[in-house]
Amino acid sequence: MTEKEPLFSAKNLKLIREPLGHSNPITVQVLGICSALAITVQLKPAIVMTLSVIAVMTISNVVISLLRNMVPPRIRIIVQLVVIATMVILVDEILQAFAYDVSKQLSVFVGLIITNCIIMGRLEAFALSNKPWPAFLDGLGNAFGYGLILIIVSFFRELLGSGTLMGYQVIPDSFYEFGYENNGLMVLPPMALIVVGIIIWVQRSKDKELIEQN
Amino acid sequence: MNALRRYIDKIKPNVEKGGKFHFLKSTFEGFETFLFVPNTVTTTGSHIRDAFDMKRAMIMVVIAMVPALLFGMWNTGYQHFLALGQEVGLWENFWFGFLRVLPIIVVSYVTGLGIEFVFAQIRGHEINEGFLVSGMLIPLVMPVDVPLWMVAVATAFAVIIGKEVFGGTGMNILNPALTARAFLFFAYPTKMSGDRIWIAGLDKGMETVDGYSGSTALAQAAQNNDVLVNGIGDPLTTWDKFMGMIPGSIGETSTLAILIGAFILILTGVGSWKIIVSVFAGGAVMGLIMNAFGGNALMEMPFWEHLILGGFAFGAVFMATDPVSGAQTEKGKWIYGFLIGVLAILIRVFNPGYPEGVMLAILLMNVFAPLIDHYIMEGNIRRRLKRAKVQA
Repeated sequence: MTEKEPLFSAKNLKLIREPLGHSNPITVQVLGICSALAITVQLKPAIVMTLSVIAVMTISNVVISLLRNMVPPRIRIIVQLVVIATMVILVDEILQAFAYDVSKQLSVFVGLIITNCIIMGRLEAFALSNKPWPAFLDGLGNAFGYGLILIIVSFFRELLGSGTLMGYQVIPDSFYEFGYENNGLMVLPPMALIVVGIIIWVQRSKDKELIEQN
Repeated sequence: MNALRRYIDKIKPNVEKGGKFHFLKSTFEGFETFLFVPNTVTTTGSHIRDAFDMKRAMIMVVIAMVPALLFGMWNTGYQHFLALGQEVGLWENFWFGFLRVLPIIVVSYVTGLGIEFVFAQIRGHEINEGFLVSGMLIPLVMPVDVPLWMVAVATAFAVIIGKEVFGGTGMNILNPALTARAFLFFAYPTKMSGDRIWIAGLDKGMETVDGYSGSTALAQAAQNNDVLVNGIGDPLTTWDKFMGMIPGSIGETSTLAILIGAFILILTGVGSWKIIVSVFAGGAVMGLIMNAFGGNALMEMPFWEHLILGGFAFGAVFMATDPVSGAQTEKGKWIYGFLIGVLAILIRVFNPGYPEGVMLAILLMNVFAPLIDHYIMEGNIRRRLKRAKVQA
């Protein structure tokens, strides 16, 4: 490359924008579904999960991108795993130290970030063949795209399933007196799948490019 | 009649392409074909057509449900006044139940048809009549005391998630009416199970006679009671159970009324007799197996009682025979129905939290119906291939 590319060139910005919209890791690539089902019962764990994934994703993307010319291709997967696992353990320790309650709620799912296909997928597909700065943006974009869906899903599940948001009651008592009841199905995992499905449906009907020709 | 025809012809240009109300075309067509038999003729291919279109088929099912509905209304009143300890006449019972059941039917139809109309407009296709049946089935599988807004939410869920996402009538994997019931059962369990929801008014602190219990026969059996009783403690005779003078969802209690419906369905060819018969056969076989083992009241219950209590008969006749979500191949229907019967009794007996298994059994087999059909067809293809090779 002869001339220096600006930090926020159109190409780089696209790395952030695309995963939020039409190459969203959850709704379009359908990756990372298991954690999306498990930790979206309430908003707070979903937000903490989002932050954790952002941290793990961006840092491991940058690290792998820095290492990309040193890693022999035959052992790249194990190198990626080591990097991700290190980051995940760090995040887990930090959560346990400073946000013990949420860490309890998330239980194994912080540890399972290691197996989140989005992270591994981005390392393979992007970080291994790009410079650190684009890799950083790509990591950020994909983690945000994942977090966005997590937060939307958990917003509806907590609101309709428990009548609260972030643990505070938002549905007024007078509703309950009139016979309103929290929807128990929202708290069960199948409903997360249905809510994700509805998001995909809405997104596809808005974004015609996503509709396959067949 | 002619005036109506002329009026329709007069307003028709408005909804044709370019007209002012073109966006309402499918609504208009829905009403037009509802009032008059459509005069469209086939232009290519086969010219032989039956006047028995989807609207007629659906109406046949609704007619078949009428006995169960009427009996359900009467039973609602009967159970209510029994709990109060009052003796009232046939009409008073019926009128009371009618007033309780009608709002549920209205809510179900208004919500469901409203959504269907909106979707038909958006997608620009005709309004399908599938909901005529679902809209009547939903009230019949509800407890009478269910809050109306829950009926609306469940109907909306069933129509949108159970049907429209798959592409509308004829494309659904699960039976929409059962989807509605399953949704309510898991979303609002306190309003869908227990001892207090089956009798109108009992949930709202009604003054009952001493020692009254509103538990259903199956709930009593699940608690290991050998002698099943009605609300005020009199033992139920087999006749009571068969006639349906027991607490339960609105339309499910009377096996007699349901059998009349089954008769209508089979006679008109709308419902498959193979499915109905095989569901009952499956239930009987499983009931006999349970009898052979014994152990608790539900397992020792005579197998014919399993078939007439709870939602078994209703599910077999009106839910399992749904031509969309059930098996399509003739051999497949036998397998599909038989497994529904077996699973229903199995869930009923071994699931501690839920004294009724028919809903879950049918939903489960709905999911498996395409698989059953697939293997039946594969088998057919293989058999014919073999024959072809032998001759060659």
